[in-house]
Amino acid sequence: MSNEMTGAEMVVKALSEQGVKHLFGYPGGAVLPIYDALFQQKDVQHILVRHEQGAVHAAEGYARSSGKVGAVLVTSGPGATNAVTGLTDALMDSIPVVVITGQVPTHLIGNDAFQECDTVGITRPCTKHNYLVKDVNDLSRILHEAFYIAGSGRPGPVVVDIPKDIQFAKGKYTGPKNVEHKSYKPKLKGDMAKIQAAIDLMKCAKRPLFYTGGGIINSGNEASVLLRDLVKITGYPITSTLMGLGAYPAADPQWLGMLGMHGTYEANWAMHDCDVMICIGARFDDRITGRLDAFAPHSKKIHVDIDPSSINKNVKVDIPIIGDCAHVLEDMVRLWRSSSAQPDKKALGEWWEQIKKWRARKSLAYKKSNDVIKPQYAVERLYELTKDRDTYITTEVGQHQMWAAQHLHFQEPRRWMTSGGLGTMGYGLPAAVGVQLAHPKSLVIDVAGEASVLMTMQEISTAVQYRLPIKIFILNNEYMGMVRQWQELLHGGRYSESYSAALPDFVKLAEAYHAVGIRCARPGDLDAAIKEMIKVDKPVIFDCVVDKNENCFPMIPSGRAHNEMILGDAAESIGDAVTEEGKMLV
Amino acid sequence: MNMTVNPTTTHYPAAPVDEREQRRTLSVLVDNEPGVLARVIGLFSGRGYNIDSLTVSETEHEKHLSRITIATTGKPMVIEQIKHQLERLVPVHRVVDLTESGRALERELALIKVRGKGDNRVEALRLADAFRARVIDATTESFIFELTGKTDKIDQFLILMEPLGLIECSRTGIAAIARGPEGM
Repeated sequence: MSNEMTGAEMVVKALSEQGVKHLFGYPGGAVLPIYDALFQQKDVQHILVRHEQGAVHAAEGYARSSGKVGAVLVTSGPGATNAVTGLTDALMDSIPVVVITGQVPTHLIGNDAFQECDTVGITRPCTKHNYLVKDVNDLSRILHEAFYIAGSGRPGPVVVDIPKDIQFAKGKYTGPKNVEHKSYKPKLKGDMAKIQAAIDLMKCAKRPLFYTGGGIINSGNEASVLLRDLVKITGYPITSTLMGLGAYPAADPQWLGMLGMHGTYEANWAMHDCDVMICIGARFDDRITGRLDAFAPHSKKIHVDIDPSSINKNVKVDIPIIGDCAHVLEDMVRLWRSSSAQPDKKALGEWWEQIKKWRARKSLAYKKSNDVIKPQYAVERLYELTKDRDTYITTEVGQHQMWAAQHLHFQEPRRWMTSGGLGTMGYGLPAAVGVQLAHPKSLVIDVAGEASVLMTMQEISTAVQYRLPIKIFILNNEYMGMVRQWQELLHGGRYSESYSAALPDFVKLAEAYHAVGIRCARPGDLDAAIKEMIKVDKPVIFDCVVDKNENCFPMIPSGRAHNEMILGDAAESIGDAVTEEGKMLV
Repeated sequence: MNMTVNPTTTHYPAAPVDEREQRRTLSVLVDNEPGVLARVIGLFSGRGYNIDSLTVSETEHEKHLSRITIATTGKPMVIEQIKHQLERLVPVHRVVDLTESGRALERELALIKVRGKGDNRVEALRLADAFRARVIDATTESFIFELTGKTDKIDQFLILMEPLGLIECSRTGIAAIARGPEGM
């Protein structure tokens, strides 16, 4: 059999050989040959989105929930520029996606041709790597390399820009075997001497704390299993970033909840007071550290990360270990077991006593109401009514996202898809489309805000077309809630442009899209309405009308330290809590 | 803007006083492929790092390798970041901090145009001789000198030429290499 084929056929063959079952995309002039090749085969199913940003978010949701590399196909010019938000989102959150973009024919590049843009130039800073294919004989190698780079090491988005003449040209196809790159060689094994030093430090800790992140989830399910082993055998408390939720079961007593700007009281105080911090697969983001010079001031820090540039970027650490979380965790578990040193039982007992006192503060508590649905209550009920099901959650960005992180409790990895680094409003709905495709039998819920969800609302059409019964659970407070909250705290309650004026009737909107709409405004009706939402075997837009003025607490104001967090019941003094310097921060 | 002083901000040590900026010369071995320089420069501009000097050329034709020599300044944590961020770029093979190894030679080449008559002309030629600059073009009222050396030496020569009729100069930026028998 000849390996001679057109560039367009190579694209489809390479996708198929990479195990791609679903390709999210939108056609256009510069990718028509590839769409023609897709038309003539059955291996790869194309999912037609309604906007290219949605294609990338859907691929992200698909990738995060399944552990595979997500695949996207868009056209040149506006197709590529529309994908930029998704690419940046995937880069910030280390999500493996390969985005194939069409390009004007080679001889027109640089001529300001119709629907031309400098795709590799525009996407260079928002991808892990990108390619412009100039010879059809390089195409198959580049595509396989793109999948390898996207999925290995610290995962990320890769763009392959293919001019239209290359799609028509015939050349030789090579398979995915032996993809090795000359200079790109991620290091997986950690330095054993450093791991031993880390174990020695952990053994003599008096106030230890595990601080884990999305790296555990990216490393694969094995890493979560090993993390659970390590946390169990050490008996140490554990907290996690927003991105790492689910790596450690929230039902376990050693779990302190999420830390950071809207983290729990116990997690943030433990972070502040710990003497040995074991950071695994997290990157000391500013939402986590708060004020840097007051961040865990008395601690020795161990940092495990696959990306050397994450080490010492924001916070100087004492023992850096460069390697894949699963590999390093395996060594840590083994060395902990073989080490004869005994942890300081007495000090650890006191540490747990202290943590219990912080826990007793019940920082996630809120004032209940019988008249109006409190957003926290809505999320709590959603959790109670879905926890025994096979459930996947996506979110948009804002207050609802933080309430979801606080009140939904994840027991397994890959169940929680949210835009952490970039904070992309409009992520959740298309991501839910991707998750539902990867898990057709599961319950997929996008916990949304009414403002965020309108940014990519058109993707409900995609869900309807492919009969994906995603549930859009909107906490509708008629405000860009987090913006309103910051305006209340920092700008004297001048709610500049943060009111969601002229909202659509979400029930009618759902019906217009041939989906199902449900509205609920009373706490007493909520359970029945949520049950109804779960029962419907179609996409649902659930308009949950909640308290308009609720703020999201606890909160570490910008420029403050972990032990200066504000709790909901002490929130009257909040206007004074932010310094002039803090106001400059985001 | 003044720090707001209140009880919750005072019992911590103040933010570490800015550590001294250091000057480093980095040698970066990269695949000689389109866009590789844009990746490196984009990294520096995107992350707010300084470029004091940048020199690029293909050095191994058969292997399609180029060597980029970058002189940069930054605090120690930033310098460490720069190296790791460069290593993260897919077409980058190696990054070597030539300043850290302490055994590196740095040279720069400059072409310098000086215009003058009479005593100034004589003085310019005399100084050029002292600096071992070669005359590579001359008219009755001007010279072009070729000068090779460390950056300091070229800077010094330019200062001396200024009052004698310096018109313009073109500099290559720094090329650097480690001493000893080993390669990069």
